[in-house]
Amino acid sequence: MSRAIALIDGNSFYCSCERVFDPKLAGKPVIVLSNNDGCAIARTAEAKALGIKMGAPYFQIRDMCRAEGVRVFSSNYTLYGDMSARTNAVYRDFARDVEIYSIDESFLDLSDVRERDRFALAQDLRATVRAWTGIPTCVGLGPTKTLAKLANHIAKTVPDLGGVCDLTDPVQYDHWLCRIHVGELWGIGRASLAKLEAMGVDSVADLRDLDPRPVRKALTVVGERMIHELRGLSCLPLELVPARRKGCAVTRSFSGRVTDRETLEEAVAAHAARLGEKLRRDGLGTDQVTVFYHTSEHDRGEPMRSVSTVVSLPEATSDSLALIKAATHGVAKTWREPGQVPWRYSKAGVITTDLVPLAESPRALIGRLDRERSGPLMAALDACNARWGRGAVVPARAGLTTKRDWNTKFEMRTPRYTTQVSDLPVACA
Amino acid sequence: MGIARIEELVSGSADAVRIPLIGQSLCAGFPSPADDFLEGALELPRWLAPNPPATFLWRIAGNSMHGAGIFDGDLACVDRSLQPADGSVVVAAIDGEMSIKRYRLEGNRAWLAFENPDLPVFAVEELQDGVIWGVVRFTIHWHTAKAALKR
Repeated sequence: MSRAIALIDGNSFYCSCERVFDPKLAGKPVIVLSNNDGCAIARTAEAKALGIKMGAPYFQIRDMCRAEGVRVFSSNYTLYGDMSARTNAVYRDFARDVEIYSIDESFLDLSDVRERDRFALAQDLRATVRAWTGIPTCVGLGPTKTLAKLANHIAKTVPDLGGVCDLTDPVQYDHWLCRIHVGELWGIGRASLAKLEAMGVDSVADLRDLDPRPVRKALTVVGERMIHELRGLSCLPLELVPARRKGCAVTRSFSGRVTDRETLEEAVAAHAARLGEKLRRDGLGTDQVTVFYHTSEHDRGEPMRSVSTVVSLPEATSDSLALIKAATHGVAKTWREPGQVPWRYSKAGVITTDLVPLAESPRALIGRLDRERSGPLMAALDACNARWGRGAVVPARAGLTTKRDWNTKFEMRTPRYTTQVSDLPVACA
Repeated sequence: MGIARIEELVSGSADAVRIPLIGQSLCAGFPSPADDFLEGALELPRWLAPNPPATFLWRIAGNSMHGAGIFDGDLACVDRSLQPADGSVVVAAIDGEMSIKRYRLEGNRAWLAFENPDLPVFAVEELQDGVIWGVVRFTIHWHTAKAALKR
């Protein structure tokens, strides 16, 4: 039986999540903003029709949004993450193998579904996800991931298709490949596009019909693989188990600007504590932490400073307290007292690049950290935060979450409808 | 907030499912922007919530459903995967408001009704598609007048 991959994604996913819990948003233009309420990162069809572009800075469109009655929200990632988990739970009822590609896109392996049943199954999948979670989706089917992604693009842009496009069907495949511009393909950037156009490639079918070997010279092995994938020869398997994390970063823009050492250290400590949580979740550790902080390039004419320093630990750890010690040491050794005009820092973060599985990592001969004591303490800390909400228990250096006024801004955020009893949506009786 | 022993916090209780039942939610392609905001899901035992991805909790505000034993401040467990039948209690979107109502079905005619003898009979006729948000499986009503720990 031939291979069939489906790519299913949520339509205007973040906006759709907001609409599930607020019936007033139906049929209205809705946008969701990025961290610190910076740019529009999700738009409903109604908002797109008003000309709001992806990534449009909010300050540029604020007046227009008010005039046109656009409903504007800060990102509520707690809600989106939970709704994403729900949609994926439904996908697993339909396919044994599911690759969660991003928060709103998943690849499903439908190879064991009979060819003539695939289209109906995809429609059933859409209807079920819509009914159970409230999220509208589109499904693209193809013999490879590249074709499934292309089919999904077609399903989204051609409303007549009813949300499903099946490129495993030879008639559909022949129909669409010569009609879609090559620039719409997954993985074709601006640079590759220019090269392809110089080679006379216009449609996706033109690219498919190129000889793969010379293409390799112009577009590397990625371009060659794309041609094989367009011909229906699968080169990209489903990644069912995400690759082990090699590095991890916690970086945030401040809501405003930070000029004093105390606040900067608190922010860096909070990021280090978060880094520890992430490492513990994956059973990883690190013996090196890079700490950075810098001023904003938008603050023209003001003193600029950008600092990045590496702090080494005697052995790998995921202990928040050890990581905080290392991170704040990084600030201490690079801090410079401001002169007349202070440096106004806009962002800080901690980064690790060489993570190791903690259980197998070698122990230090000198300066050994107390893993035996820190393990249960960190487990209790994580359990408290899982049970009573993020930030219920924090290391003192990181400051109480409610008092962190440097924290990223989410001023128009909706409640965490699905994960907090205090935030549940209300039904009138 | 009760007092829990650390061991029971860490292990969690075996017969509770999280709503939703989240598997591995790490993304293979793009790192999830939700990664830093994930919270433990609300927990319900499996026998009460057989279909976690379609199960949501709502809080009730108002007194129009006393007759059904549903009171102000109660929690309603709503399952979006259930088809409403005559007599179901449902959460429905009416004029842009979410409300909890009794669903009535006679032949092809469906309507929504209050359930409180003190209130005038009210019915939403001719239900359109998508009005019913979900079917209430059960509600939770607190009987503790004042929660104090007995020592």
